[in-house]
Amino acid sequence: MESLTTLFEQYGSQIPVAFWMNIKLTVLAAIGSFVLGVVLALFRISPVASLRAVGTAYVHLVRNTPLTIIMLIGVLAVWGQLKITFADDFTLNFFIFAVISLSLYHAAFMCEAIRSGVNTVPQGQAEAARAIGLGFLPAARLVILPQALRGAITPIGNTLIALTKNTTVAAAASVAEASVLMKTMIEFRPDVMVAIFMTFAVGFCLIVIPIGLLTTWASDRLAVAR
Amino acid sequence: MTQRTPEASAAAETDALIQLQGVNKHFGDFHALKDIDLTIPRGQVAIVLGPSGSGKSTLCRTINRLETIDDGGRILIDGKPLPAEGRELARLRAEVGMVFQSFNLFAHKSILDNVTLGPIRVKGKKKAAAEAHAMELLERVGVAHQAKKLPAQLSGGQQQRVAIARALAMEPKALLFDEPTSALDPEMVQEVLDVMVGLATEGMTMVVVTHEMGFARKAGDRVIFMADGAILEDTDPESFFTNPQHDRARDFLGKILTH
Repeated sequence: MESLTTLFEQYGSQIPVAFWMNIKLTVLAAIGSFVLGVVLALFRISPVASLRAVGTAYVHLVRNTPLTIIMLIGVLAVWGQLKITFADDFTLNFFIFAVISLSLYHAAFMCEAIRSGVNTVPQGQAEAARAIGLGFLPAARLVILPQALRGAITPIGNTLIALTKNTTVAAAASVAEASVLMKTMIEFRPDVMVAIFMTFAVGFCLIVIPIGLLTTWASDRLAVAR
Repeated sequence: MTQRTPEASAAAETDALIQLQGVNKHFGDFHALKDIDLTIPRGQVAIVLGPSGSGKSTLCRTINRLETIDDGGRILIDGKPLPAEGRELARLRAEVGMVFQSFNLFAHKSILDNVTLGPIRVKGKKKAAAEAHAMELLERVGVAHQAKKLPAQLSGGQQQRVAIARALAMEPKALLFDEPTSALDPEMVQEVLDVMVGLATEGMTMVVVTHEMGFARKAGDRVIFMADGAILEDTDPESFFTNPQHDRARDFLGKILTH
């Protein structure tokens, strides 16, 4: 018990700071991947064959590439070799790289989640939109997507949960988030290793469980009555 | 037959509003429309009859390009050929309203928003003007008091009347009805047909795919009987019902009129 007390005396103040980093990564990458996911989904349902091909190619390429590799491409190739930087501040630069990598990767899953939502919208909705003279984009924006997104809340929630946990991969881009702190703590306090693991497991549960509850509630609440 | 103003009848004889010229449609190997030539004059109410699978719905849907047609055929609305795609098609499509079997009201929008969406987004009408016009139309089809509700809160008959109001809000030159009463409970059929008879009497150009023989006789100027993707008979309702020329037509009438 005493060893636990000293553990939290040593690291207690750093744990919320580290998790706060994961939350920031989650929120920003959620926005980025959602926006890109909507665009990709529009590509994939568009009447233009070449756009559909681009959307399909993106999803298959990115979804099947490990996130760690995407993160490393950003840090080692784009920054290391091509010398592309987003900020002069070293930490901020890598943070931006991590957000972009997470966004690009999860956009492929967002796209597919949204597309599954599009499949919940009856064909007749699109036909009625076309019949009153709406083109593809206005019909998508005003009629299809508002209904599709409500039907896609649960799979979008799944993607958000995966994203939250995948923020630990930002460690590969030297972002000081929870898993980095966990490694440090294990290194210096191997005597309470199980307690350290449990601490971080519970920490992630505290972040992720509300997302699940919220999306379940929202998908019931916002369901389109037919 | 309906009572029409002399002006409407005169116009009907001269003025071609919808023209189909050599229209063919294949679904894979299935030849759904076979070399259709059809002219609907302004103000005419054309009833399209035929057994299921005869191509009557497809015919209706090709007129505003919800179905593409095979190369070589042409569809003209008010003398202008319908383009295959693009912004111009979207604009021309709005000139022909469509009423669907399954209503297809926008499920996430209120009744009022369903009716104003097209006028505001396609025709660029001001919101207040669009809403005032929409309320007039909803009043006319008898659902104005439901304007704030969502489609799922209305009965089928009410939804279909809203769908007619939505089509009318675009001030179309013609209306297409694709089996408008087939999905309705029997007691709701009449309220929808009453609205359609009203439109016919006012001289709206209509193409109506239906099984409602009473409506065909009462409001129709012309009956087009289709079988296997081709037009077999094209005549006035009285002649069609009393003296059909083809065996297929006699057979069809025998099956639907004996009950």
